[in-house]
Parts: sequence; C-alpha cells; structure tokens
Amino acid sequence: MFDKNIKMRAGIALVVVMIALLFLIPSISQKLPSFWTNNVDKIHLGLDLQGGMHLVLEVETEKALESAMERLSNDLKDVLMDKKIKFRRLDHIDGNLISLELPSGEMSDRFSMVLDDYFPNLDIDSTETVEEKERIVLKMSAKDAEYIRKFALEQSLETIRNRVDQFGVTEPEIVPQANDRILIQLPGVKDPQRAINLIGKTALLEFKLVDEEHSLDEALRTGAPPGSIIVYGSKYDQERGKKIKTPYLLKKKTLLTGESLENAQVKISDRMGEAYVAIDFDSQGARDFDRITAQNVKKRLAIVLDGIVHSAPVIQERISGGSAQITGTFTMDEARDLAIVLRAGALPAPVKILEQRTVGPSLGQDSIDKGILSIIVGSILVLLFMLFYYKLSGFIANTALILNIILIMSALAAFRATLTLPGIAGIVLTIGMAVDANVLIFERIREELRLGKSARAAISGGYSKAFITIVDANITTLIAALVLFQFGTGPVKGFAVTLSIGILCSMFTAIFVTRIIYDYFIWHRKISLVSI
Amino acid sequence: MEIIKAGTNFNVVGRMKFAAMASLAVIVISILSLLFHGGPNLGIDFAGGTLVQIQFKDTTKVNEIRNALKTNNLGNSVIQQFGYEGDNEFLVKTEKSSSELKGISANIEEALASQFAEGTFDIRRTEVVGPKVGKDLRQKGILAILYAIVGILIYITWRFKFRYAIGAIIALMHDVIITVGIFSLLNKEFSLPIIAALLTIIGYSLNDTIVVYDRIRENIREIKRRTLGDIVNSSINQTLSRTVLTSVTTLLVVCALFFLGGAVIHDFAFALLVGIAIGTYSSVFIASPTVLVWETLWPSKKNRK
Repeated sequence: MFDKNIKMRAGIALVVVMIALLFLIPSISQKLPSFWTNNVDKIHLGLDLQGGMHLVLEVETEKALESAMERLSNDLKDVLMDKKIKFRRLDHIDGNLISLELPSGEMSDRFSMVLDDYFPNLDIDSTETVEEKERIVLKMSAKDAEYIRKFALEQSLETIRNRVDQFGVTEPEIVPQANDRILIQLPGVKDPQRAINLIGKTALLEFKLVDEEHSLDEALRTGAPPGSIIVYGSKYDQERGKKIKTPYLLKKKTLLTGESLENAQVKISDRMGEAYVAIDFDSQGARDFDRITAQNVKKRLAIVLDGIVHSAPVIQERISGGSAQITGTFTMDEARDLAIVLRAGALPAPVKILEQRTVGPSLGQDSIDKGILSIIVGSILVLLFMLFYYKLSGFIANTALILNIILIMSALAAFRATLTLPGIAGIVLTIGMAVDANVLIFERIREELRLGKSARAAISGGYSKAFITIVDANITTLIAALVLFQFGTGPVKGFAVTLSIGILCSMFTAIFVTRIIYDYFIWHRKISLVSI
Repeated sequence: MEIIKAGTNFNVVGRMKFAAMASLAVIVISILSLLFHGGPNLGIDFAGGTLVQIQFKDTTKVNEIRNALKTNNLGNSVIQQFGYEGDNEFLVKTEKSSSELKGISANIEEALASQFAEGTFDIRRTEVVGPKVGKDLRQKGILAILYAIVGILIYITWRFKFRYAIGAIIALMHDVIITVGIFSLLNKEFSLPIIAALLTIIGYSLNDTIVVYDRIRENIREIKRRTLGDIVNSSINQTLSRTVLTSVTTLLVVCALFFLGGAVIHDFAFALLVGIAIGTYSSVFIASPTVLVWETLWPSKKNRK
C-alpha cells in the first residue's frame, strides 16, 4: 500500500516540477521553439529593475466642471437673448454656480420654462428679491457634476493612452486610481522630462483674434478692457540667446479650438529649415476656419496653446483649404511631441504630478546583478550550513530548497507577477526561512531518535509532530505578507508577492517532497539509520 | 553536529525579570531617541520631497555639487554620498516637491548640467513624492502594521488562547519599537521598503514565537503534574536548537543581502538584520514569559484549583 502511495506522491512532485520548468525556462533561455516562447511569458521585471518611469497624476476634475459651467453660462446668455428674456449680470461665479438678475414679475415663469427645456442639469439654488429685482443662483445638480468629473477622468485616461501609444512605449500601464488619479508606468523611458511634458500637457489649442482696437500699453498699465485679455507669448531672442516673454492683447472669445482638428504633422519649412506643425481641420472646422478668415482679412489671428501665444500672423486672405500652421522656435522633438498631443486631443482638465519615480536602465541592471549575486551567495551559505549540520538529511533539505527557488521563479512567470528589487530580497529571505520547516522536522526526528525509536517511527513521528507547528508559524507570516500586498505600491507589492509565494512553495517542498525521499529510503532501501 | 546540546536546560523563566528590565531599558532609550529627534526620520516617501541619485564619472566632492545646485536656488538640499566611497555616487534630497510638469528634479538636472560637462554624470534615479501622496502613504503604512497585528491577534486567539496572543503582540511590539528606535538612534531614514521590513520582522518574530507556543500547548496536554513555569521553561529549551538554527540560516541570507545587495536596499537589509536578531531574542525571553505573567495575574479557570 505504501509502495503505491509513494509512487503517486513522487508522480505528483514530478508533474509539479515539470510544469514549473515549462514556465521557467523561457525566462532563462532564448533558444527555444517559438510555440513555447509565444505561449509562456518571461518573468516580468518591475520598473526598478528594468528602468522606467512611474507617475501618479491628479486630474483637476474641478477645473473640468468649471469650464463646463463657463460654457453653460455662455449658452444660457445666448438662449435668454434669443428668447428675449431680459436679464442682467449673468456670470459664472465660483465652482459650479451661475448667478444672474431678472426683473421681478412674470419673467421668472418664462425663465423657469427655459431652464426646464434647455438646461435640465441646472437647478435653482437660491432666489432673493432685492429692490424689484430677483437675484437667482443656479447650480449644477450633484449627479451631473459627478458625471462631468467622472467623464473628465475617463477622457484624460483615453487621451493619455493615445499620446503614450503614439510616443511609442512598449507595455505601458495606464490605469485610474481612486476618483481623480491616474497611475502611469512606462518601462524603458530614457528622457523622463520629455515623457512628462508629453503626457501632462493640457494641449488646449485656441484661435483668438488680436484686439487691435485698444492699446496694449494701456491695457498693461490699467488692465485689459472688457471682452479682452492679456496673454503672453514666448519668443526666442537671437541676440540674447534665450526665450523672452511678449504680451498680446487678445479678444476673450475663442473662435476655434483644437477639437476641430483632424490631423497634425511635423513639417520642415523650405526656407529656414525650421520645424513646424501643420494642422488639418475636420470638415466642420474647415468651414469655420474659412468663415473666420474671410471675415477677418488683414486682422491678426493668435494661435494660443495652453495659455501661451505661439504666433499671431496677419490673415492675408481667406483660407479655404482647412489647414493651418503652428510655427515657433521648436526643436524637432518638441515639434514632434506637439503634433502627438494635438492629434491625441486636449486633456479635459489640467493634471498635477503627485508622484514620480524614475529609475535609469544602468541602475536597474545594477540591481539585477546585485540581487542575483545575493541570491546565489545566500543560497550557497544556507546549503553548506544545512549539509554541514544535518549531513545526508541536510542534502535532502537542500534538494527541497533548490526546488523551492525553481518553484518561486516559475510561479512568478506563471501568474505574471512582477519581480522587483524588494521582491528579490523576498526570495533571499524565503531561502533562509524555507529551511525552517526542515529544521523543525529534523529537530523533532532527532528528539524521537534520542527516545530510542526506530528510524521509521522517528521520521513519521517527526513529520507529524512538526506539521501543525509549521502550518501555524507560516500562516502568521502569510497574514503579514497579505496585508503588505494590500497596502503596497510597486516595489513593496513585489516583496509581498515573492514572500507569499515563497512561503506556500516552501510548505510543499519542505514537507511533501522531503517526505517522499525519506520514505523511499525507508521502504525501498530498508535503511535503519538516519544520517541527521 | 549540534549547537544546542540535547537536554540543555537554561533557566529562561528564572531570568525573566532581568530580560524584562533589559528590554524595558532599550525600549525607553528608543522612545527617548524618537522624542529627541521629533519622531522618526521620514524619507520622501512619507514626508514628500524630491530625491535624485547621480553617479559621476570622476571623483566629485559634495561642495562641487552644492555649488552647482546654488545656480538654481537648491543650495540647501541634502547631499549624501551613496554606496561605497569609490562609486562617486550621490543622493540629492530636498523637502521641496512641485506638482508642475517641470519639477524640482528637472531643476536639479539643469543645475548639474550647467556645471558638469555632458556625459560626466548619469542621473540614475529620481523620486518625487507630493505632500498629499506622502500623507496617504504615512496613513497606509501605520494602518498596514495595525491590520497585520489585528489579523495575527485573531489567528493566534483562534489557534491558541487570548493570553498567548497578548504575549505574541507584546513581543512583536517590542521588536518593532526597538527596530524603529535603532533607526532613530542611527538617524536612518524611513522609506516604504522599511515598512515592508517591519512587517516581515513582525511575521518572523511571530513565526518564532508560535513554534514555542506550540510546544507549550503540546506539553500542557501531555505533562499534567508540572507548573506552567516549568512547562514554559522546558518548552523554550526544547525548541531552542531550532530557534537558533533558523536564525542562523536567515541571518546568513540577510547578511548576503546587506553586504552584496547594493546601496538601494542597504537600509532595508539592515532593518531585517536588526529585527530578526531582536525577534529571536523576544520569542525566547519576552513572548512566552508574558503568557506566564498573564497566567499569574489572571489565572485561567482550568488552572484555578
């Protein structure tokens, strides 16, 4: 009966090892048939080992809400004028509120009809009658405001994914976190600042007319006249060799935005050899652009990107082709990145950097080398110690230990877990702790032998008495590791993963596998002395 | 081969008071050090800030780096040698962080580029943690340790008895406080990996403690006519060989990490080294004797004759 049992157990162990090797070998060897490497992933290395950038952004969803309110207040103005409802001082005040004044009386009924028909997402927050006038504050309903915030996050995610795709990063990870955060992992990024600029740029492209009716100098002294704003542009000064700020007085109204873009490409100008970005409008955008240029010939049209004037050329003639150019003093990379962000579209709200961690490839390789060295040296020390201390039994424990390392590595590959530097530390630590199970068993066997029991009885007694202890002791470590997994970010999570996998694998190798070897010697070789 | 000879019988329980005094003294020193330093020395993971790791090709002095940083008003940053002397590797740290796209780390790079020729230095790592994230991580770190303690308390209460859980928790608090204290005394920084190390120490210390508890439980079942003190003492002695052996193998690998693992995980390995040594001590001298003290103060019904 035992004979059959041992064959079955050995069979199970063998199958486990075969499966493990199936998953592990592609991570070690390159020369494998393609059906193997295609179906099994290599061990995935964390950013701290392969180098790359980890970024957590906060999407300022409140700003998206504010610009939605700004648009709504403009729409409301248009509709009220259209319906010939008199109103005064309609303004978007602070956050998600719009205030306006109506002459009191029968008007307010028509006003609430307009609200119901055209602006179902605006609620009346408060009304107050002061001197024959009704002061009304409108508020966006909580549900709609929440929707706008959510949509801003989703759209930001989508836009950033687009930009990263076009930038060309292999295996990027871009996921939402909490309500307003985006976690971005970019392996192998060489120029982090450039990647940040590309990802984080709002890229809001606006076309505005230059206000030529008022004096810029006076506006700079006393503030811009109503309906106009001062916007700065940055120009490269050849003589001084650096960028200087120049002010422009622009009309507040935006005539066209980047939303009407269909394509953006980098071109090199024939005359100067300078890089510029050529943009093509979609059909609606082309019609608008045609109308705008036709109405404003000889006036200056400013191209504003994220609140900075890039250029303000004079409209020489009506432009019907539906294309335009953004010029400036770009380097080739800057022009290329600008084309990418324009193609991918603007972010619905600005983003802030909450966390940024970058590891260069040289440090990553260093960490891998040192980690592997630690694993090898640590393993050799433990193997020698066990052999020295427990002799042949130590050899059995060592077999289990080596098997354990193979199992941990293959589990990492099989479950697509990420190996990080702390993760390597977790493996090293497991090596030290994995032999604990064998130490517990061996000490028990020694005790049983001291009591004068036979080899067979001592081994079976040692295993059964140590078993509960091993389980109890390992489960507590597992609890700590699981908590760590819940809490951890990136590298620390990697530590929790290897520690947990290591503990589970060590129970299999140190209890199950070593017992098979002992039983083989006891039942088949009929040994009566234990070398321990 | 045997390190602890069979039949060894140290009077651990008899030296309980002495051990308790010694531990208490170290805990008091740890807490005093923490008070003196105004709490643990939080790294940028928890305090927020910017860290840049730079490797220079040629021998470079801290002053040269500071002069370079002055050009961008970052002259008051902390500049530390990193790794070994000949590595020419430095950490530049500042409490400042910026949520703008062009962050402090870019400013540091710019300042270095203005003073050192291109190609003579390599930015190997940058870390920017905003104050918000730092606060989040701080809370999460404390919560993680609390959750781990509660989870373990529940498990031990279920598997053993509440008094055992109390002993285990006191032992692991002992380990954590002293490890934190030693970090504070040496003015070493707390980072995320150190929290991972602390949780590992908790796990390891318990592992050790539970092995002794298990033996106590087994002995109580088998040997009826002895005092609990006797049983605790012989249980500690019976498992002493295993306790020492496992500590040796674990310390061997942690030493490998400490000496060979590189500067990035040096402090992490150091925390493990200290914690495992203390964890071994506490499972012998603190955890089980606490059960005994608890039993003397509030005897369980079964033992009250």
